[in-house]
Parts: sequence; structure tokens; C-alpha cells
Amino acid sequence: MSTSSTSSAAASPAVSGLDYDDTALTLALPGSSSAADLAAADRKRAHADHDMPPSPKARAVGWPPVRAYRRNALRDEQAKLVKVAVDGAPYLRKVDLAAHDGYAALLRALHGMFASCLGADGAGRLVDAATGAEYVPTYEDKDGDWMLVGDVPFKMFVDSCKRIRLMKSSEAVSLSPRTSSQ
Amino acid sequence: MTYFPEEVVEHIFSFLPSHSDRNTVSLVCKVWYEVERLSRRAVFVGNCYAVRPERVVLRFPNVKALTVKGKPHFADFNLVPPDWGGYAGPWIEAAARSCVGLEELRMKRMVVSDENLELLARSFPRFKVLVLISCEGFSTDGLAAIASHCKLLRELDLQENDVEDRGPRWLSFFPDSCTSLVSLNFACIKGEVNSGALERLVARSPNLRSLRLNRSVSVDTLSKILVRTPNLEDLGTGNLTDEFQAESYARLTSALEKCKMLRSLSGFWDASPICVPYIYPLCHQLTGLNLSYTPTLDYSDLTKMVSRCVKLQRLWVLDCISDKGLQVVASSCKDLQELRVFPSDFYVAGASAVTEEGLVAISSGCPKLSSLLYFCHQMTNEALITVAKNCPNFIRFRLCILEPKKPDAMTGQPLDEGFGAIVRECKGLRRLSMSGLLTDKVFMYIGKYAKYLEMLSIAFAGDSDKGMMDVMNGCKNLRKLEIRDSPFGDVALLGNVAKYETMRSLWMSSCNVTLKGCQVLASKMPMLNVEIMNELDGSSEMEENHADLSKVDKLYVSEMEENHTDLSKVDKLYVYRTTAGARDDAPNFVKIL
Repeated sequence: MSTSSTSSAAASPAVSGLDYDDTALTLALPGSSSAADLAAADRKRAHADHDMPPSPKARAVGWPPVRAYRRNALRDEQAKLVKVAVDGAPYLRKVDLAAHDGYAALLRALHGMFASCLGADGAGRLVDAATGAEYVPTYEDKDGDWMLVGDVPFKMFVDSCKRIRLMKSSEAVSLSPRTSSQ
Repeated sequence: MTYFPEEVVEHIFSFLPSHSDRNTVSLVCKVWYEVERLSRRAVFVGNCYAVRPERVVLRFPNVKALTVKGKPHFADFNLVPPDWGGYAGPWIEAAARSCVGLEELRMKRMVVSDENLELLARSFPRFKVLVLISCEGFSTDGLAAIASHCKLLRELDLQENDVEDRGPRWLSFFPDSCTSLVSLNFACIKGEVNSGALERLVARSPNLRSLRLNRSVSVDTLSKILVRTPNLEDLGTGNLTDEFQAESYARLTSALEKCKMLRSLSGFWDASPICVPYIYPLCHQLTGLNLSYTPTLDYSDLTKMVSRCVKLQRLWVLDCISDKGLQVVASSCKDLQELRVFPSDFYVAGASAVTEEGLVAISSGCPKLSSLLYFCHQMTNEALITVAKNCPNFIRFRLCILEPKKPDAMTGQPLDEGFGAIVRECKGLRRLSMSGLLTDKVFMYIGKYAKYLEMLSIAFAGDSDKGMMDVMNGCKNLRKLEIRDSPFGDVALLGNVAKYETMRSLWMSSCNVTLKGCQVLASKMPMLNVEIMNELDGSSEMEENHADLSKVDKLYVSEMEENHTDLSKVDKLYVYRTTAGARDDAPNFVKIL
């Protein structure tokens, strides 16, 4: 009924969030309202895309008839790519903030990207692989101020972060007298 | 005519425009069959399981262009389980053995692997055109193989495929000697591409007429590319976010202005409203515009652009354009032939800004409209009747009301009369998809009036078997029938079994057909493959049972089936005519009766 692309994912993202009153027309299989059929519908919902807001009334798989390619393309629009600079690294990288569900995951991803110059210490902090000096993750927010990563809730951070800089902690320390005077 | 030399007959055949005409002449006599098959250059296989690949390549050894389609259409909506089938491998392997002159391959809804692409790239020295639509199973490594070995490549067109990203290097595999590209579409590639390699490739492709980039390509790269392609006719942009300076956009506009041949525009990934004015200089010459992947543009941005596109013939948009925006389209785009309005929000019913009003406006402003795909929040019979009167030229009419079984928004009645008017007025209608509340009556109308209908899609509609039977008996040209969640059962399934031999396929899911009914169909019609798929708890535990009933020793039936009566309902049924017999690549959840 419309354009689309096949998806090889086993989980179906296509459960729509149809919101039905208990008394309104339901979407049970035609001619049946047996427990078995409802259970089958429940199983279908259980396989639904976990990213979706939970919708207890959702019934129909593959409805509305929109190709998986289109669904994914419009969802990916939410991706938030920001530049990441690491002091001493020869070039910058970009990371998708929306692809991570928290600070820990994000720092892991950063560690992976800059693995050649970064390691992680026992406490999960990012350190220079050669000197053991710690990196301080900072970011530039919407107002243009450089902030320490981790103070605000992650979603708020994702929203306001424009770019990230992993600062060598020696430099960060030297900044602090100035910041504390503001 | 049998007294003419064969070369003359062959020359006469070369004027036959369609596959079906050539198929017909091949049936006249043995001489014509031979002449036709040896001179056939293009072969179209609408269902990859309808015929064995070996048979096709042996019959048409000189084929230059092969088109093969795999999964049924409802696979697009995840109704066909993964691993169902549709493998490209056997086709490419058969062609590699018998048709080394192959130059063009087009595939839709098939599973293509990197190994398949590698074999393709190495087997056909004159290979020129690869088009893959809604395919899966391959990665950018497969594309690298195509790029490096197909020295004469003219077209690489990847539409809406699910491609695994293994890095940007694939584009660099086009050798410096490759200067033949006419069309390159990699919009569906998710990852980055090397912009330097892309610029160099474009710079050495003087024949490039169609270029569709992916969302990783920046505005600056796009500007540099466009300077090299003044003859470009079709462009899919990269991303047009507002991360970039106005300067970049000014460069873009001046580059676009040089593309006097540009007629079709798409892409607009993550497009910021800021970019819209920079496109204005182009609008007056556009015949095709696809903004359907750009939820960031709202009604006012869209209408400012569209109102300038006075020559537009094809428009794809999201429903954020709203009814008001469609009125602007109706008053500006008098040449409009194809309109697609997609939903921007799949997860909440009733959030679409588009209703019957937008459609009525379009129909009265754009009488040339012949192809429609319209997702909306509501519809009325009155609107559909008006649309049918205004636009009798519909060839494709697909209407999707987001809420299943929704009645006429004004009267609360079923939409039978509205769709009835469509099939009655639009005498050339070939494809129809319906939605909303529909009774058997609409199928009576379809059977009575839709004489040229070839494809019909039904969801949550009808009351009884009579509905489906009216369609099966009335629509003489029906080729594909796909039905979901509708109360049609064995009586309808078996009401006109001979009909299935004239059709490509039938799909029925979540209907009332039973195992017994399917078995009866299979036994009456040996020329059909009757595939059933059932959702059982832990379907992997189900015993494999490719049931070729004559081979009793191989037949073992799962416990579930032994305990169920044959009146158990079949979840999914796919019936298609075939000369190939039961396929041997079916997974264990597919039973072929």
C-alpha cells in the first residue's frame, strides 16, 4: 500500500501506537476474540521495537503500511552529531550523542574512538595511554560556555551540547582559578 | 509470415514494445519461438519462484537486461518473516554460467549477498547497469567489488536498500579509468563517504545525469560537485542542515543555477528551513520533487518552495504540508501527475494534518493527476466521489486512512460509495489500495467496474467471502491480490481456483482460511505453490516439513499439526503460479503444500 524497503531485523518496529478506547472498535482478528488470538497479539507486541513509547492498545503489525526504510530514515533524523576534539590527537571525530543512553556509554564510545591515544583507568576515567594523565571531558553548551561533562542530566546534556573537548587535566587544572573567580 | 527469412521476423519482433507481446508471438509456432528467444534482449521475471533461473537463461541465452522480483509486496511492512527467501544467488549464478553477455540487472525485494555481487562483478565483462530496490543482505564491500570490476559501469542505482556499512572506502574502488557513469544513487548508504573520492569520481564522469547522495555529504562537497555537473538532470542532495554558513549556501545556489538541465530534486536530509530560499532559483524548472524525508520543513517552508514549482509533475511530501499546503500545490502545480503524501508520525493515530480536504483541493486543481499515494487522518464518501469526478485519469490510487476501519468522517457510513465512485469513473485504474470502513459492497463495485485493475490491496475490510469472490470473478486483469486482516475464508479461496493461474500471486494474512482449505487448493492446482506460514510459540521448534506429499518417507508432521484439526486457521498464505515446482530454499516456518 506504499513504498518501503525490507528490513532484515527480526523485531518488528511496525506496531503502531493506535490508541483505542476499550469500548471502541478493536482490531482483533476478524471473527474471533478468543484468548488465543489476544495472546498472539500480545506476542506480536512483545516483539515490537523497544524504542517506541509503550502503547497498550497497539494491535496491528505492519500498520500503517510504511516501509521499514522510511521508518528508520525518519527516526534517524534525531541523530545528534557533535565534534569531539582530544588534546594532542591529530584530527577530530564526530559522535552521535543520541545513540547513547547515558554518560557511561558515551565515554566508552569516546574511548573506543580515540583508543590509540586514550586508555581507561580502573575507575573508568579517560587517561592518556602514554603518560597516565587524566583527560577531563568538557563540552561547549548553547551559550558558548565550556562546561564539565556530567553535571546535568544526560538528556539535558545531549540537548545543549554543541561540541566536546577532552582536555588534558593539567590544562583543566590551570583553568580552575579563573572559573572559580567568575 | 513464416515465409520470411528469420532475420526479417527478428527485425519485426524488435518493434514489439512489451514483454507480454513478445511472449505472445513466441507461442505462434516453433520457428517464431526460436527466433524470439534468441533475439530477446530484456527479460522480466515478476516472481523469482515462478520459474527456475536455469530455464530462463537457457531459453534466452542472449539476454542483455534481466529484471527479477522476489518477496511479496507485504514484505515491505514486515508481514513476511525474515529468511523467507528471495535469494539473488541462483539468478546471478545461472546467468554467470549461461549469459555472459548480460549488461543490466534489476532486482527488487531480494536478498543479495556480497558474494553474489562479487560474482556479478567478475562474470559479465560488459556489465553496465545495476539497480537494487528494497534489497538486503549486502554491505559496502559488495559495492566495492562492483566499482572495481565493472569497467563499463553506467548505472549504480541503490534505492531504499538495507546496506551494512563497512566504511567509506567502497567509493574509492572506482578506478581512474572509470569515466562512463551516467547514474549514481547511493542515498540509502548510511555511512560516510570520502568526499575527495566522490569529487574526483564526478569530475571524471562527463556523462553523469543522475546523482543521489546520502546524508553524510555536506553542502560544501555538494557545491564542489555541482560545479562539475552542469548537465545534471536529477539530483539527490546530501544533508542541508544549518550547521553551515550562509557562504556555503551562496556557493550552493550559484552552483545550482548553472545546472540548467536539472529537473528532479530529492534528498534534503535534515534540511533546515534556512536552505529553502537557496533552492528557489531552481524551482521553476523542476518536474520532480521529493521532500518526503524532511520532517524539519513545515507547512510554510514547503509551500514557499512548492508554489514556485509551476512545472511540477511528481511531488512526494510528508503530511506536515497539511491541507492548506495541498491547496497551494493545487493552485500552483497544474501539471501534477503523481502525488505521494507520507505520514510523518507513525506512532500516534489521528496526528496527521492531512484530511479529505487536501485531496479534494488537489483533485480540482490538478486534473492530470494519475497516480496517488495518500496517508491521511480521515476521509469521506463525498470527497472521494468529488475526486473521482475531477480526476478520471487515475491509474494508481492508494489511500491509507491511518486508523483501520475508520468510517466516513461526516456520516459515519462505510466508504463503499466513495471507492465505488473511484473504480467507476477511473476506467483505466490499474492499481488500488483501500482503507477505512468497508463492507462487501465495495468489492461488488470493484468486481463490476474495475476491468483493468491489476493489483488490489485490502486491509481490515469486507464482511464475508462474497466480497473476495466478487473481485476474483469480476476483475479480468487481476494479477496481484493481497489481503490482510479481512474475513475471507476457504469458500472465497476455493471459489475460482482457475483464476490463480492467470495471476502472479495471492497473499492472505490474518484472514479466515484454514489449513484444510489450503490443502484442497494445493491438490486441485498442481501448477501453484501454496505456501503457508504459521506463527506458533517458538516456531523454531516446529519440525521441518517441506511437504511434497508424494514423498511420504520424507514427510513428518509436527506435533502441533497432529493435534490440531485441519480447520486450524492459517496465519499467512502466499499462493503463486509456477513452473518450478516447490522451492527448495524455504525455511522451516514455510510449509509448501
